[in-house]
Amino acid sequence: MTTTDLPDHSVPHEAADPDRPVHGGHEHSPDEPRFDGRRGRWVGASVPRREDPRLLTGRGRFVDDIALPGMLHAGFVRATVAHAHLTALDLSATRAVPGVVAAFDAADLALGDIVAILDRPAEEFTPTAMPVLARSKVRFVGEPLALVVASDPYAVEDGIEAAQVSYDVLDAVTSAEGALAAGAAVVHEEAPDNVLLDVSMFDTPGVDEAFADADVTVEVTTRSGRQNALPLETRGAVAAWDARDDQLLVQTCTQVPHQVRTVLARSLGIPERTVRVTVPDMGGGFGQKCVVGREEIAVAAAARRLDRPVKWIEDRREALTAGFLAREQTYRTRAAFDADGHITALDVDVVCDMGAYSCYPFTAGIEPLMASAEMPSVYRVPAYRVRGRAITSTKAPTAPYRGVSRPQYVMAIERVMERAARALDLDPVEVRRRNVITEFPYTGINGVTYDPGTYRESLDLAEATIREEGWYEARERGRQDGGRHLGIGFCCFSERTGYGSEAFAKRKMTVVPGFDISEIRMDTTGSVVVTSGTMNHGQSHETTFAQIVADRLGLDPEHVKLRQGDTERISYGWGTFASRSVTIGGSAVALASERLGELLCRIAAHLLETRPENVALDGDGGVVQLDDPSRRLPFADIADVAHLRAHLLPKDVDPTLTATASFDVPGDGTFSNATHAVVVEADPGTGQVRILRYVCVEDCGVVVHPQVVEGQCRGGIAQGIAGALFEEVTYDAQGEPSAASFIDYLVPTATEIPDVSIAHLETPCAFTANGAKGAGEGGTIGAPAAVLNAVNDALRHTGVELDTTPIHPGTVLDALEGTS
Amino acid sequence: MSHPVNDPHLLTLSVNDAEHEVVVEPRRTLADVLRHDLRLTGTHVGCEHGVCGACTVLIDGAPARACLVFAVQAEGADVRTVESLARDGELSDLQQAFGDHHALQCGFCTPGFLMLAEGVLAEQPDASREDIREALSANLCRCTGYQTIVDAVHATACSRRGTNA
Ligand code: FES
Ligand code: FES
Repeated sequence: MTTTDLPDHSVPHEAADPDRPVHGGHEHSPDEPRFDGRRGRWVGASVPRREDPRLLTGRGRFVDDIALPGMLHAGFVRATVAHAHLTALDLSATRAVPGVVAAFDAADLALGDIVAILDRPAEEFTPTAMPVLARSKVRFVGEPLALVVASDPYAVEDGIEAAQVSYDVLDAVTSAEGALAAGAAVVHEEAPDNVLLDVSMFDTPGVDEAFADADVTVEVTTRSGRQNALPLETRGAVAAWDARDDQLLVQTCTQVPHQVRTVLARSLGIPERTVRVTVPDMGGGFGQKCVVGREEIAVAAAARRLDRPVKWIEDRREALTAGFLAREQTYRTRAAFDADGHITALDVDVVCDMGAYSCYPFTAGIEPLMASAEMPSVYRVPAYRVRGRAITSTKAPTAPYRGVSRPQYVMAIERVMERAARALDLDPVEVRRRNVITEFPYTGINGVTYDPGTYRESLDLAEATIREEGWYEARERGRQDGGRHLGIGFCCFSERTGYGSEAFAKRKMTVVPGFDISEIRMDTTGSVVVTSGTMNHGQSHETTFAQIVADRLGLDPEHVKLRQGDTERISYGWGTFASRSVTIGGSAVALASERLGELLCRIAAHLLETRPENVALDGDGGVVQLDDPSRRLPFADIADVAHLRAHLLPKDVDPTLTATASFDVPGDGTFSNATHAVVVEADPGTGQVRILRYVCVEDCGVVVHPQVVEGQCRGGIAQGIAGALFEEVTYDAQGEPSAASFIDYLVPTATEIPDVSIAHLETPCAFTANGAKGAGEGGTIGAPAAVLNAVNDALRHTGVELDTTPIHPGTVLDALEGTS
Repeated sequence: MSHPVNDPHLLTLSVNDAEHEVVVEPRRTLADVLRHDLRLTGTHVGCEHGVCGACTVLIDGAPARACLVFAVQAEGADVRTVESLARDGELSDLQQAFGDHHALQCGFCTPGFLMLAEGVLAEQPDASREDIREALSANLCRCTGYQTIVDAVHATACSRRGTNA
């Protein structure tokens, strides 16, 4: 699907180059102090991935690869109706199935609920509880009711089938409109109006006046379908009680091991020290695994109860129907513009259908609060009003999914720009140019201070690329001869990455996932183990964190091993989400490495009998004496003294070589940015949309590993295209999900996802310890709006305006029919 | 051979040039036997209904979904899994190309893509980049966006036939 009749579609690929000037970005003056190891030998190089050899040879260890002696298997009896009182749950036939060892319902396990709250008044937020197993009421098809444990997974299935469940069925609530309608069935008694969050975060002076004075007012209602983040590895856990350690060992595929430990200990009512959570290799997560799942708690409780290891592996049907979902949002946006195309006010009503429960720790407020806080996007908006609501319905609950609301609010404001351009008869890129933030730091109407980025530069470069490749002419030719319906779409956006404690606290979260911690240890041979509270699940941390350490210490990355995903190795950590790993976790790793470097220098100076100022790391695995470079101590020699001959250490230095550091992003944090440009061809006869060209110009600050950043971009864009053109979880009137297999949930393959050309701009972040900004989510954010804009451009002559994703061929045909 | 439906069978499976005797229920899939009886956990399971391709292995040289094949059906066939690709600790050219092109992120889909690609390269040694893309559309990857997987397989095809990618 990437064929084109244009010969050259390469975008200049510019890898991180310390000497290359940054387009209009924040440049360091020569005398400005700069971190030594910020971009040394390793950071900026696409070194071979440390993860690859084991993953390529089938020697990775994923959760379902774990087998423990005496291990039992578990599965869940799940609700088959969307909304009902549970009148009977009879597990006697289940318990009689050969191979079944035990079956537990909510009363049997008596676990504490999962409760996520915000520090907001009752009129803004209604706390609701998510029981580990449903007690008296079910709220979505797939909700876990009971746990069946058996000697093998086939017997588990037989046991689940034998369970007898009866319901007193209630009306399903299957849309936000339905939830808000008078007389709607009530999902949670605590929230009789089905509203879990209703916050008007901004109503700045001058909104109504701006609309009254506007030359052009644009109104647009954008919607995006419910989507599944869909890691290819489904969720799963293996739990076992270890009597010797007096500890429950839970091996689970989670992005947030410490949060699982905290919630698990509280739910089971046991001290947190008696729970250890470890994470093996993970087959993706994308946010779906960054909240605590009720299943992992139930499985741990069963293992403790039975004193046997218990494994649960979610099957695809469960993953599609009962896994955490996201993205079902509606934005009613009004925007006022003056005659020159400057936006003068923005007024937005955001409604997010969060499904049956509030996720931990983010709550059901995550999507509307994200949208409300960030909505003005990359534009200078002088007046802003927003209302954000989280609605509860009888659908599978939601979790943050890659991009979290940003694909949606960006789509809303980018549709505004396009419509304003039409109303003002201006080029859509030009309207963006007139409004985009160009001076930094910039404090927006939303009170957020944006650090330097390349908003305008990325837009210019993306447009120039499309223009130089001849796509504008190709579009015109198609329009004139009526042959091809080509459309060009842009999306310019920024993305706050690596939220620190301050930024999350501003959202009134009571559990504030901001900082991260790193510990580094050098062994007697001069090799280091570094620990981080972040959690790799495909992002290549073993490689990139080793590069960061290597540069800070002047040590080959071969000698650096990253350990993550073990709550025993580090006191607390927040895991991986919100593009926080390299920015926050990587900064902690950098700082810990620096501290270890200082310690090595201090010991070396003592051993070389010189002043501490007279030594430095030599960049080659040792410490050198500055006034006599022939005098040098390799790390192994220093490490040997620190451990095995500690009597030779300076009096004020403790034995062994360890250092720890924590890092938190100050203030409003940092923003990555990008512009995506897409060329599509629409077929008005079939409604088919084909992507002919995809260009991404991105700026995520210092690039640690160009190949990895590009991989994140491309993978993110593929998921964004999936949301734009393919995937949607729909429900019928009874609340039955339509897609229970990959036959019905359309995941794009290699023939639907185009090649993507990527150009890097680089504005180093001023306050992360490594200059990086975060690259995990941007691709997903930009794609839906860019594709939607391109489709609308292709259909421009028909009068059709589409503002809803996914755009299926049927959507296009229906719209064309509506206008004819 | 007639057995009551759930009675275990004794099978001999040839996997990666080794013979294995296993006792399995007729309803046990080849994927489960490889992973859990033989502990060859490189073959992954992403859907158990034949769509994602994470479980792809070679049966008599042709790519097959191990989740759709009962172990009993594989008796007498030559089964190859991802564990067979590297020799003496050296990655194969295809595995090396996957690493070079960053064709894997989480790596969960990777064994399936490697085995699919080996089958495709054997069947269509002259495959163009677009042919390869088409053939690889049989499997799902959620991380990479596919481009680098197509690149890696195309590069391997070119080097195996002695041309430049
Ligand atoms: S697990 Fe066999 S095709 Fe998905
Ligand atoms: S690399 Fe993660 S699914 Fe393909």
